[in-house]
Amino acid sequence: MVNDLPATQLAAKAEVSALSFYYGDFQALKHISMPVHERKVTALIGPSGCGKSTFLRCFNRMHDLYPGNRYDGRIVLQPDNTDLLSRDVDPIEVRMRIGMVFQKPNPFPKSIFENVAYGLRVRGEGSRRALEEKVEQALEDAALLDEVKDRLHQPAYNLSGGQQQRLCIARALATDPELLLFDEPTSALDPIATAAIEELIHDLKERVTILIVTHNMQQAARVSDFTAYMYLGELIEFGVTDELFIKPQMKQTEDYITGRFG
Amino acid sequence: MRALIAKHKRRDVLFALLGLLALMIGILTFAALFVDMALRGFGRLDLDFFTSFPSRHAGQAGILSAWVGSTLVMAVTAAFAVPLGVAAGVYLEEYARKNWVTDLIEINITNLAGVPSIVYGLLALGLFVYQFGLGQSILSAGLTLALLILPVVIVATREAIRSIPQIIREGSYALGATRWQTVRYHILPYSSAGILTGIIIGMARAIGETAPIITIGALTFIAFLPPAPLQAEPPYLSFEWLLSPFTVMPIQMFNWTSRPEAAFQANAAAAGFVLVAMTLAMNALAIWLRYRLRRNIKW
Repeated sequence: MVNDLPATQLAAKAEVSALSFYYGDFQALKHISMPVHERKVTALIGPSGCGKSTFLRCFNRMHDLYPGNRYDGRIVLQPDNTDLLSRDVDPIEVRMRIGMVFQKPNPFPKSIFENVAYGLRVRGEGSRRALEEKVEQALEDAALLDEVKDRLHQPAYNLSGGQQQRLCIARALATDPELLLFDEPTSALDPIATAAIEELIHDLKERVTILIVTHNMQQAARVSDFTAYMYLGELIEFGVTDELFIKPQMKQTEDYITGRFG
Repeated sequence: MRALIAKHKRRDVLFALLGLLALMIGILTFAALFVDMALRGFGRLDLDFFTSFPSRHAGQAGILSAWVGSTLVMAVTAAFAVPLGVAAGVYLEEYARKNWVTDLIEINITNLAGVPSIVYGLLALGLFVYQFGLGQSILSAGLTLALLILPVVIVATREAIRSIPQIIREGSYALGATRWQTVRYHILPYSSAGILTGIIIGMARAIGETAPIITIGALTFIAFLPPAPLQAEPPYLSFEWLLSPFTVMPIQMFNWTSRPEAAFQANAAAAGFVLVAMTLAMNALAIWLRYRLRRNIKW
């Protein structure tokens, strides 16, 4: 169920309606409807296999890369009312507007600079000057610039895991996405690196809408404004994070967040 | 208990010895052949041997036309097998839908790698030499060997591409890249080490092939070189050499082995030594390239 939301001016960046998703014959998502509010952090929580990553990957049409997948329903992106799942919308266009950070840091085996510049190159940016400017800005925004500014042209795999993940964030930020998807971005990181990423997410919501999958409820409570609890492909509850954690409306949500299961 | 462990360990030692023996049989046989060939041919290995045409007098005969022929044929082979093989491999891995058609193609490519080379020779004789009218030329030979090693190049390309983690592809696609951009900026650069290794190993196989080359009618005695590819006058480049008759190293060697005079056997051994050295050098290059290119690629 979707809880009553505060009546403050919340603009929806995206509106999910009646979204179902199928891996072949298997229905992984069942009729999900919820809003994603602009410049807020929305967390997706739930036990393993509940479909939260599958849901996240619908937003940038990642499932299109593999055969046999099927979407049903709509995800309408604002301000231009584009249905991301429509057959008429090119997944490449969707991915150019919506960035993604993966569970395991996945820097390309190239230099730090080339990693961040890649999204810009894909968009045809050829000017060295513009590239340098934007790469530097993105690294700054990802709170990584100070640590790497003297070695921009060295291989990215020399960085620590936490730095690699911030590099991946910088890579996604370089192209000014409207919505940024995080798929359990700290699950491969130590607590200090995790804290750095969480702080970064907190700062980033000033300028970009964020949707984050996490299996860590404390993390959801710390970084998000809204939380959605999913179970077996269904959206059980969606609400303001503080309220959902303090007084969940649904018994299942309560059982999960109090650790009785999951 | 100790007795039991000791008993089991004896079996360990026994197997290690057996394995070592099996390994040595392989290595020593090759080493013995190679050393024998080197010793018998060593007296013939001088500069003249490389710069002389074959001759009726064993002492004056050389491998000039053979090694030039081999080099040119290899150049043609590479020019056709590399782009075709790499493109096919990339297509199968990155573009083609995975269904029964691609499975069938995959099985057939693996089978093609096992087809006896003489069969390729017969195909080439009918197709390249007569049908296309290319004659008994360097071009025909290069095309034949290209067909022969195409499966090797395709398989190597696919293996190399498959070793790239899926998460790297997803990282590229997530930034809005097209398939071609992903192939161009990621797949090809990261798999180049494996692909190059496959190409060189294929070429090392091709350079020693005799049967298909004989089938299409390479000459066994040739005392002139193909026209030079570079010329002093415009247009500077010439492709006449492609249609020139030729011979290659293994055929030269075969020719000498079949002579009754003992002196020619030394020539054959020397040519064999050069051929094996060329093959080993190509393999060494493959190993070195793999090491060099992989150094900067980690995930």
